[in-house]
Amino acid sequence: MKKCISVVLIICLVFSLAGCSDKSASKQAIDATTNNNAAEITEEAAAPAAKEETILIAAAASLKNCVSDELIPMFETKYPNIKVDATYDSSGKLQTQIEEGADVDVFMSAAMKQMNALDEKELMVTDSIVKLLENKIVLIVPKDSDKNITSFEDILKADTIAVGDPESVPAGQYAKETFENLKIWDQVTIKSSLGTNVTEVLNWVAEGSADAGVVYATDAASNENIQVVAEAPEGSVSKVIYPVGIVKASEKQESAKLFIEFLHSEEAMSVFEKYGFIAVR
Amino acid sequence: MDWSPMLISLKTASLSIIITFFVGIFASRWVVGMKSDKLRIIIDGVLTMPLVLPPTVVGFFILLILGVKRPIGKFLLEFLSVKIVFSWTATVIAAVVVSFPLMYRSARGAFEQVDKTLIMAARTLGMSERSIFWRIMMPIALPGVASGGVLSFARGLGEFGATAMIAGNIANKTRTLPLAIYSEVAAGNMEGAYGYVAVVLIVSFVVLSLMNYFTLKGRKYTKYTNKDEVK
Repeated sequence: MKKCISVVLIICLVFSLAGCSDKSASKQAIDATTNNNAAEITEEAAAPAAKEETILIAAAASLKNCVSDELIPMFETKYPNIKVDATYDSSGKLQTQIEEGADVDVFMSAAMKQMNALDEKELMVTDSIVKLLENKIVLIVPKDSDKNITSFEDILKADTIAVGDPESVPAGQYAKETFENLKIWDQVTIKSSLGTNVTEVLNWVAEGSADAGVVYATDAASNENIQVVAEAPEGSVSKVIYPVGIVKASEKQESAKLFIEFLHSEEAMSVFEKYGFIAVR
Repeated sequence: MDWSPMLISLKTASLSIIITFFVGIFASRWVVGMKSDKLRIIIDGVLTMPLVLPPTVVGFFILLILGVKRPIGKFLLEFLSVKIVFSWTATVIAAVVVSFPLMYRSARGAFEQVDKTLIMAARTLGMSERSIFWRIMMPIALPGVASGGVLSFARGLGEFGATAMIAGNIANKTRTLPLAIYSEVAAGNMEGAYGYVAVVLIVSFVVLSLMNYFTLKGRKYTKYTNKDEVK
């Protein structure tokens, strides 16, 4: 009996630990890169000639595909001595992580709000913050939807709606703004499942769990199981601007600056455009 | 503070523990009574799986079964117009699946510890297997079974990963305590999270105290039977 209880307790303990790792996974990833950096810094001291560095980019989830698949490899070929690691999540979560002292060098946010909040707390290099990209807000439905939703006004035909949590997900803030302008946010909110990042919202719709959702044009372009039915009506939503900036605590300002310069280059911009973004010039 | 996540979590955990408790008992009875060891190992592995798998993987499998584009989910939607995903039922299903192994393991452990001679004695006296189970095994194993039930309840209350995948995060409908905490923290609203976290801490403490209480009772009982054996 006693043995059985202790076994159960141990299992229980293991479980609670497993639960922890779930939420701190991204933080661990960041810690891991910190260790990497530490290792590389010591190496660097030994051989100062080849200045090898690893920088960590914290990017909004909607940037994941183009940044990880194309831009980072391109940058690393161009600057072989700089290695780029990246972590992707909702901008709000990344903001919290940077506030908590995550070892991030460059922050690519999906909205000005998070960037400004960090800047106000003097965590960003103010001069480094630039508006990089523009995105569109679109309404999506599962591929073979039979709900006949064709515009933002139609959304109340859906039983469940997937939107990002306006408290933490910029895509959710834009969705809220759009629906508020259409004066239906109150009805929408009752049916809404609030995702903690935009990819979650996309997958809920792709699986058909939710009947409709609001995401960025770029996310919509990345998934085959959904269809875009409408763009947010002109004037109903403010421009979706993706700013980028260097974190003040970063010890690799030079490499970070090179990365941001690279993002502005023609070749990088053409990649962004391929993924559905619009360059801010 | 918004109380709806607590009510939803409480309702979910309460219904799920009722289901888990009985299904867990019957499953453990079935496995304990198995003749073939090989079969027992396989079935035991399958039943314990949700305990060791990440909850997101459990959610993934539930989605594969019940998602509206999957055979069973599609059937339920088209013929019975029941949509399981993103409903309150989905939170219960997630809680049941994830908390089941704790109940099953505890109950199985408790049943296996029951003194075989008592069961054999009962058989010689012509008692049916069913009444042996309910009138001899169950009372002896009760402390272990009860503590398993308490643990499963706590596990169901804390279920997050699978719930987020199949039930979503709909306020007043499927937003359970863990999801509410997650959303608040994601939004950087630590103050909002404190209240929920306090509730979880209190409930967990009460649950562990209850567990200890059952363990203590169990120990007394073991001593008593030991004394009997010495006689």
